[in-house]
Amino acid sequence: MSEFRMPSLGADMEAGTLVEWTKAPGDTVARGDIVAVVDTDKGAIEIEVFEPGTIERLLVEPGQKVPVGTALAIIRGANETPGAAAPAAVGAPAAPVRTRVSPAARKAAEQLHVDLAGVVGQGPGGAITVADVERAAAAGPPAPKTSTRAAGMRAAIGAAMARSKREIPHLYLSTTVDVTQPLAWLGLANQARPVTERLLPIVLFLKAVANAAVEVPAVNGTWNENGFVPGAGVHIGCAIALRDGGLVAPALHDVDKKSLGEAGRDLMDLVSRARAGSLRSSEMTDATITLTNLGDLGVDAAYAVIYPPQVAIVAIGRVVERPWVVAGRVEPRSVVTLSLSADHRAVDGRQAGAFLAAVERALQAPEAL
Amino acid sequence: MANGPTRRITYRDAMREAIREALTRDPRVFLMGEDVGRYGGAYAVSKGLLAEFGPERIRDTPLSESTFVGAGIGAALGGSRPIVEVMTVNFSLLALDQIVNTAATIRHMSGGQFSVPVVIRMATGAGRQLAAQHAHSLEGWLAHVPGLRIVEPATIEDARGMLWTALQDPDPVLIFEHQTLYNLEGDLPADAGPVDIDRAVVRRHGGDVTVITYGAMLYKSLAAAATLAADGVECEVIDLRTLRPLDMNTIFESVRRTRRVAIVDEGWRSGGLSAEIAARLAESAFYDLDAPIARVCSAEVPIPYPKHLEDAAVPQAAAIVDAVRALLPAPAPR
Repeated sequence: MSEFRMPSLGADMEAGTLVEWTKAPGDTVARGDIVAVVDTDKGAIEIEVFEPGTIERLLVEPGQKVPVGTALAIIRGANETPGAAAPAAVGAPAAPVRTRVSPAARKAAEQLHVDLAGVVGQGPGGAITVADVERAAAAGPPAPKTSTRAAGMRAAIGAAMARSKREIPHLYLSTTVDVTQPLAWLGLANQARPVTERLLPIVLFLKAVANAAVEVPAVNGTWNENGFVPGAGVHIGCAIALRDGGLVAPALHDVDKKSLGEAGRDLMDLVSRARAGSLRSSEMTDATITLTNLGDLGVDAAYAVIYPPQVAIVAIGRVVERPWVVAGRVEPRSVVTLSLSADHRAVDGRQAGAFLAAVERALQAPEAL
Repeated sequence: MANGPTRRITYRDAMREAIREALTRDPRVFLMGEDVGRYGGAYAVSKGLLAEFGPERIRDTPLSESTFVGAGIGAALGGSRPIVEVMTVNFSLLALDQIVNTAATIRHMSGGQFSVPVVIRMATGAGRQLAAQHAHSLEGWLAHVPGLRIVEPATIEDARGMLWTALQDPDPVLIFEHQTLYNLEGDLPADAGPVDIDRAVVRRHGGDVTVITYGAMLYKSLAAAATLAADGVECEVIDLRTLRPLDMNTIFESVRRTRRVAIVDEGWRSGGLSAEIAARLAESAFYDLDAPIARVCSAEVPIPYPKHLEDAAVPQAAAIVDAVRALLPAPAPR
């Protein structure tokens, strides 16, 4: 038996609301299957399971908001018999887990006009106590219950970015790259493709960043209390602006192993699902490096803030025509400024520079991407 | 506690002084029980009183609890103010019919015409390796009975002062003296007098958790509170003193401030006094609670003879510390 728990879908997530179960007790699940949908500040996320087995029991009902780490369901492993005694780690709770609120905390919440749904309990067993309510009240008139998702997301992004700037010693490098040739190549390549499969310039950058991350693995991974943890693959977090404001950066998995066509198709899928609010839990959690493109907003260059616990983020400015010296002559060329923000605990300047150089080199050989 | 002059005295001697004072002040008062005269009492409380007051007022009785408790009730009905000593609470069960069916009911059954102003003293509790038939804490059983008042002096001052107050009560009063307290030594104010037996007292002030206890458990609770204070947890320790009627106001007042309660009771948990207090808190102070009510009680076994097992059976300070800690938020991870 194992517990299927509310995952943390980002550095800033404390709790999520179970929207629906897509599996029922008795259903067999394989690794990667979606078992539930959870609503977070980032939108509705489809939650995948990591261990194969059979759903033994659902512990949380749709509509309940539970802290990260709360057991949501019990999954019976392939070789276990139904109803076998749960392992010690599972503990007793067979009944649905509901947020525990002490009677005094309920009274205090009423008096202080605190919405308990937004309070994280620190009492025994995670119960919300008066102290938690008072802390929530002291934190100022919190996001009122009527607050929009955008406000919640703003707060979540704020928390993650504040943590990043507080904890991560950023180093910044930038380089301006002549992309005339790669864009010309892309134009030709797209002529041979059906309209629906045409590649956007961003796909070239995605692949170039992925290949460079393979070459300089120090930028690809996460930083925890024990130090740098190399990424299990190259999963590029793609910063995607949402239509109603806000931003998510779900992971595009194994970009280094994908063809340009696959990467382009998968990116489109990711963008449309991000905007539809149906991202998957793995996409929310396992990015190893992030790419953000601010070029379409008209900025020449951007220096981004790392999304913890990742150690690097690449920002792309806009592609502009500039007088550029090529082989001793000034020519009009399309250039773009790429920047790397890196966690100086994990990456030194030399590695950072090598990485940007590798991105540039990869861009210059688009046919090899 | 006292500001004026004090003197060192044991709980046993304080109790004896209380009896002596009662005998001196009121000619209607006499003491009777097994071995209270020539032997001086099973716990030496009445040592010397026979010589001082004579056999009319210090009466040895046969080994028959039902008989001498019944005689005490009769004497009270007849106008005396008897102090009846029962060796331990275990033996009082032999007189339960007299206590519950007679002493406690006569006022009611006589339509208020008769009252029974008897005081029954008995030893209670474990800690002296006296084993199962001499060491139980059955106060809770007797506190179940309407018509009785149950008091349990935990301090020297209460041992000295409660008896006289009890003798003023027109109804039966049972005084429980914990066996391990007789040798307790402390400072008694020179002017110590009668003690209120209506109200519980706060023996230690604190704002984090209310610890409700009585008798010898007061000292283990205070020791636990001192340990917890070193970690910044302030316990308010309430000494019930009177187990029937319970002074719930003092408890409610404290719980409304601390919002957390641990009840420490040497009695058994099931159907015990701690259960009664917990139920009343749930009835009347539910919305003031910030954590479930905790109880630290004796193991549900007959009290064992071997020291290590006896210690294991009754609540110890460490168990109280653990119970209180469980009521508090987990310390922040470092």
